[in-house]
Amino acid sequence: MGAQLRQLRRRIKSVKSTAKITRAQELIASSRIVKAQQRMQAAVPYEREITHAVSAVLSNTTNVDHPLTVAKEQPATAGVLIVTSDRGFAGGYNANILREAEALKGHLTGRGLAVKPYVVGRKGITWHRFRSREMFGEWDGFSDNPSYADAKEIADALITAFKAEDGIDEIHVVYTGFVSMLTQNVIVKRILPLEVEEAETAPEGIPPYYEFEPTAGDVLDSLLPRYIESRIYNALLQSAASEHAARRRAMKSATDNANELIRVFTQQMNQARQAEITQEISEIVGGANALADAAAGKE
Amino acid sequence: MAKLRVGVVSPEREIWTGEADMVIAKTVDGEIGIMPNHAPVLGVLVEGGVLRVKRGDEGDLVAAVHGGFISVADNDVSILAEAAELGSEVDVARAKDALQRAQASIEADQEDADARLQAKRAAARLRAAGEEV
Repeated sequence: MGAQLRQLRRRIKSVKSTAKITRAQELIASSRIVKAQQRMQAAVPYEREITHAVSAVLSNTTNVDHPLTVAKEQPATAGVLIVTSDRGFAGGYNANILREAEALKGHLTGRGLAVKPYVVGRKGITWHRFRSREMFGEWDGFSDNPSYADAKEIADALITAFKAEDGIDEIHVVYTGFVSMLTQNVIVKRILPLEVEEAETAPEGIPPYYEFEPTAGDVLDSLLPRYIESRIYNALLQSAASEHAARRRAMKSATDNANELIRVFTQQMNQARQAEITQEISEIVGGANALADAAAGKE
Repeated sequence: MAKLRVGVVSPEREIWTGEADMVIAKTVDGEIGIMPNHAPVLGVLVEGGVLRVKRGDEGDLVAAVHGGFISVADNDVSILAEAAELGSEVDVARAKDALQRAQASIEADQEDADARLQAKRAAARLRAAGEEV
């Protein structure tokens, strides 16, 4: 067997095993998207209710000066929460996030703010470490399946830093919003000081006049951190779904590429084999002819 | 008579929705009972409280609710719990175990706020399951 033929066989074998791996990854990611979407759906009622409650309190009490809703006059530092994934193999998912985070950083620096990164996901953490940038918070190990406790931990750290004297004056979050299986967009949002996002269907008419137990201030005190937790949980869930969708797409194109390579190599291999056989035949025919000529010459 | 539309939701899932005649919850100010046509209320719930939803013939629905809020408006009652569990879903053996462990650590360290919280939660779960605590 010719050297070329052997080499092609080896390459096909290796590409085939790569294709098997990427195909498996693709299937795993597809099944996880469904789960991630279900978790997003399951979180919707709570988000809707808590948004409703927060806007109810804020609309009932005109003179709230809660520390979480009031913008400082001269903000000096901004915390940026960057949500990346723990694992790669997801195409441009992390690169897109980090690029947007850099853009936001440039924007904030332009406004004269010092930027403090808070990073979720191993990919983002190593990215910052590699550039020896200081991180003020890092969390990993749950990017593909975040729980509410994870969101709470992050929110606690951010709120504590926000309330601290020499802490941060603004908090922004950079994550990937899940629009559909095919579309995910990087979203940059300010979460503190708080701007309450009204649910898509604004309640019709005047909001009812609530009584508060114990007082409006106390309710707001415990309501706002929960609201922020819920926003962060939402960001984590959307990022998880987006991560799986990005991975599925990246793995699908990797599998397609591998299959295309296998097709090309198989063709080349067949050509090489055919050439080898043709050569062998012509050698045999040539040899037989020479023998026949020699025998004819003897007679 | 008008009915209440009740929803019990936690951040991770919707725990229960349905109609009821009365809802009893425990806020930081004390127990509050909501019947149809109640004035709009927004209250903060206590850690380790028990929620009771009276449904007439169908019997009561009991749930352990840990922290969160109750919001009432237009006969819509929403319970936003940080964590909640229906009484019928409580694993009694595990809850008892958790209660004992928490009480042991409280005895060891009177200042252990975490253990106190754990004990409250475990007790609420047991009460929701209909056990005596």
